[in-house]
Amino acid sequence: MSLELIATILGGLTIGSALMVVISKHPVRSVLYLVLTFFMISANYVLMNAQFLAIVNIIVYAGAIMVLFLFVLMLLNLSKENEPKTNLFIKLASVVTGGLLFVVLIAAFKDGVIVAQTPGIDGNDQGLVQNLGQLLFSKYVVPFEVSSVLFIASMVGAILLAKREKQTID
Amino acid sequence: MILASIFQSGVSIEFYIVLATMLFCIGAVGVLIRRNAIILLMCIELMLNAVNLLLVAFSTYFGKAEADAQIFVFFIMVVAAAEATVGLSILVMAYRKLRTTDIGLFNNLKG
Repeated sequence: MSLELIATILGGLTIGSALMVVISKHPVRSVLYLVLTFFMISANYVLMNAQFLAIVNIIVYAGAIMVLFLFVLMLLNLSKENEPKTNLFIKLASVVTGGLLFVVLIAAFKDGVIVAQTPGIDGNDQGLVQNLGQLLFSKYVVPFEVSSVLFIASMVGAILLAKREKQTID
Repeated sequence: MILASIFQSGVSIEFYIVLATMLFCIGAVGVLIRRNAIILLMCIELMLNAVNLLLVAFSTYFGKAEADAQIFVFFIMVVAAAEATVGLSILVMAYRKLRTTDIGLFNNLKG
């Protein structure tokens, strides 16, 4: 089986599961399809030899963020019955808008002259853990540390926001 | 290396450009169609992932030995995680107050 065929099938599955995220009515089913989409995108990363990002994508997105979404969905007890409905006109207008956005973006990319470099075999081990780790802890060490400050800020913000306000007794 | 042979096969960069653009547009349509605020956040994640996919594709096909674009993808993931945390906690707070996640009913800030 050629790699072109594998890439095409993977792309089709990615698009299909992404469409199901938008289409499916039940919120929990939507989350599960998004997890599937992230796995497909990880498979695309593996195909492009970006192994570190493939693993990080599964751990961070499919593992952490999506479980958080699922947890909140179950906490809020949403179901198919009280899912808000959009009327048909807005749906139609949205699909037309998205299609037009796609056409415009493709038309913009079409004329861009892409000079196909021929990456040698020695040039494509850039996605390995060793290579990225050395880059992350030498050239990009300051942004890496700043991102930890961002995480602490978001953690404090999430706890502050989600904490139940003190009930005032009168 | 087996995976390295992808460069000799016919998978072109244009394939990944079209794929990432389609994913981005599906995410945009999802933001426009759905009214559940949690699904809206999920569609934003989908759009971020489309951008990540395009960055990785360009890094693989045009990158030199240093993989700066993939570091960039890593930082996008970090920011997306922080954004999802804060957004979901805001949603939980709004749900406590209004008992709904329908963005059509989040109109208390209307002037």
